[in-house]
Amino acid sequence: MADSVKLNYVVPPDDFTRAGEASSAVKKTLKKLGIHPDVIRRVAIAMYEGEINMVIHAQGGEITVEIYPDRVVMVLADRGPGIANIDLAMQAGYSTAPEEVRNLGFGAGMGLPNMKKYTDEMQVESTLGVGTTVSMTVYNPA
Amino acid sequence: MKTVETMAQELGLEIIEGGEGLSREIDGGVYCCDLLSIVMGRAPAGGVWITVMANLNAVAVAVLCDLSCVVIAEGMAIDEATRQKAREQNVVLLFSEKPVYDTAAAIGRVIGYEAQL
Repeated sequence: MADSVKLNYVVPPDDFTRAGEASSAVKKTLKKLGIHPDVIRRVAIAMYEGEINMVIHAQGGEITVEIYPDRVVMVLADRGPGIANIDLAMQAGYSTAPEEVRNLGFGAGMGLPNMKKYTDEMQVESTLGVGTTVSMTVYNPA
Repeated sequence: MKTVETMAQELGLEIIEGGEGLSREIDGGVYCCDLLSIVMGRAPAGGVWITVMANLNAVAVAVLCDLSCVVIAEGMAIDEATRQKAREQNVVLLFSEKPVYDTAAAIGRVIGYEAQL
């Protein structure tokens, strides 16, 4: 038996209607695997924020989720414009999202801070003009 | 504990999308906010969420947070795409013409939710 389950998703560009499909699918899979509800919620929130970020800022991207017995690892990679100042982007309330995104209830500058808040580990690697990769881990208490 | 359907009927809230979620018991209190990033983090599972964000993303947030139902308040228009998404995802959508606070206060009274600061 494999010791991890690996899932891959493509986040389509400019489509807020489909954002959330990947996190919903992961949520369902985690539920089936009997993962603790608190872990599921944290993974789902972090991933949904990441999906929304990819739709707003990066013309979509790809998400890989690996589910191990003791942790869930998410890697969100895009080929968007990159983040000029990661420290600034991590500050709650800082946002470069356009007005129409704010009208949908997003763009409050809480995406990355929420992703950090709800995960145990998070790394952001970004190069201007190349793209951004966010890696997040949520541990599953035994 | 009251079900979503009983609560909606007692208050005359319009049921926009129902389904099996109507028979779910409300065990998470009442929550109000429109900023989806805050809602995602703080809305209690099993609760009633009152908002003016009548869009697809609100439905997605309701699923993520496992809410018992979403009440669209202030008479905000709910488009067909949002209704369809709610149907697909088994999210109960209710509708109120009244302001967010009035809607929340009335729901709190009916389900016996006492707000604490």
